[in-house]
Amino acid sequence: MKKVYVNEEWCLACHLCEYYCAAANSGAENMIKAFANGKKPISAIQVEESDSINFAVQCRHCPVPLCVKSCITGALSVKDGVVSCDESRCVGCYTCVLACPYGCIVTSEQSKVIRKCDLCTKNNNGDPVCVKGCPNRAIVFEER
Amino acid sequence: MKKYVIIGNSAAAIGAVQGIRSVDTEGMITVISDEPYHTYSRPLISYWLEGKVTDEKIYYREPDFYEKNNVMTMFGTRAVAIGGGYVTLANGGKVQYDKLLVATGSKPFVPPMAGLEDVKDKFTFMTWDSAKAIKEKVTSGTKVLIIGAGLIGLKCAEALYHLEADITVVDLADRILPSILDVRAGQIMQKHIESKGTKFILGTSVEQFSEHSAKLTNGDTVDFDIVVIAVGVRPNTELVSEAGGKVEKGIITDLTQKTTIPDVYAAGDCTVSYDSSSDTQKILALLPNAFMQGEVAGKNMAGEETVYLNAIPMNAIGFYGLHIITAGSYDGQADVTENEEKEQYKKLVFKDGLLKGYILMGDVARAGIYTSMIRERIPLEDVDIELLRTRPQMMMFGKARRDEKLAGKM
Repeated sequence: MKKVYVNEEWCLACHLCEYYCAAANSGAENMIKAFANGKKPISAIQVEESDSINFAVQCRHCPVPLCVKSCITGALSVKDGVVSCDESRCVGCYTCVLACPYGCIVTSEQSKVIRKCDLCTKNNNGDPVCVKGCPNRAIVFEER
Repeated sequence: MKKYVIIGNSAAAIGAVQGIRSVDTEGMITVISDEPYHTYSRPLISYWLEGKVTDEKIYYREPDFYEKNNVMTMFGTRAVAIGGGYVTLANGGKVQYDKLLVATGSKPFVPPMAGLEDVKDKFTFMTWDSAKAIKEKVTSGTKVLIIGAGLIGLKCAEALYHLEADITVVDLADRILPSILDVRAGQIMQKHIESKGTKFILGTSVEQFSEHSAKLTNGDTVDFDIVVIAVGVRPNTELVSEAGGKVEKGIITDLTQKTTIPDVYAAGDCTVSYDSSSDTQKILALLPNAFMQGEVAGKNMAGEETVYLNAIPMNAIGFYGLHIITAGSYDGQADVTENEEKEQYKKLVFKDGLLKGYILMGDVARAGIYTSMIRERIPLEDVDIELLRTRPQMMMFGKARRDEKLAGKM
């Protein structure tokens, strides 16, 4: 199955992927409205930086997803290989945060429920927006 | 066609159904449960009591789960004996099995307390029915006495706080949540909960109950409308012990979840697990553990040999809006950072060149990176210790792990 992979040697740490992700999954029409009036929608992809190397991290859609097995409500499930969260059933207990080996489940002060990458299957953007928006092809969507 | 029978209908039982069906799509699965409900999430009963989760959202799996997995259900039916290839039911009926899973969970432990029989409105807090019974008795201002400042008692307290009850928690121990927190983290959480108006009387027990008051060993008297007893739980092991299976603190199984009785498996809170972080055998009464044990049991029952490894204690839970994530063992060299004002506390425990356990309160971001280090026994010498201590992230691992995990290069 196609997944998002990072080519860490090409990441510029521009954080554009985070903005695209946050906006596309905020429910707002466009980036301007998503960030209007001080709103800070949450990104499910997060860039890690150091002096020598940068890369973006998001859900690996693990074949053995510890987050799904650990979820106490059944909000997390796998469909066609994509791990996604039914936010109406998430109570924000963060057991998935406890379980995810990559730190890919995102929490925030503003939201009581978790945020995670669902490969843009719930918005109407087609391929993941982080990939489409990456200016240096450091993030790719492909079979490996 | 194989006949699978599962006694119980919570996380371990559901894990077993999924485990069996990943191997055997044909065999007949029967689930027997003394509760009359579609599988529901037991930890959600506090959210249901507080009104945050509705009847429709308390279910642990979608409404067509049994149908989709071709499972026959016998709800509201109690299993009273096992053995000889049959489960005997309370109504005298018998259900035949080729492979049986005992996933009977645990029950509240109610110690003898003087005068408790005079208290009319006393409850435990383990099942949806118990939550329903409590809800009927609580309105704004109802005086509630909770015996037990552990996970169950305080989740109940939190729910009742949202119903504006007047809550007092009494515990024999001198601190709260001793099963998951150290002394200092317990103090921060206690202060947080007290700031919301819930009262604690610790290091004390009830000397004498009367219908609406409790005289405590420290001389205080607490008046109440209802009492909730949450001092602990005991595993439901009788079916296995009475059939001659090995039981210690809980049901003993091997790593395939098989009990000492042929064709009988056990999983979840009723069993003893191997805690790989402390190298000890203990009951790990945790939902993720129950699900994963059940899944392993199911696969083995269906003929796919697999073992359950790397179980460790781990909890993600919040009280009155303050989050905690903990895992592993606290025996070792501790590295503690604290910000009292922000109600943040972090303890990392190291031993033998490994991360063995942690407590995170307040800021719990990326806790799973720590959990993975404990479970996978990743040597400390392979990671950036400064990042590990301050900001856990994938950067702290070497390029090899990043290439494998993030770039898909094996």
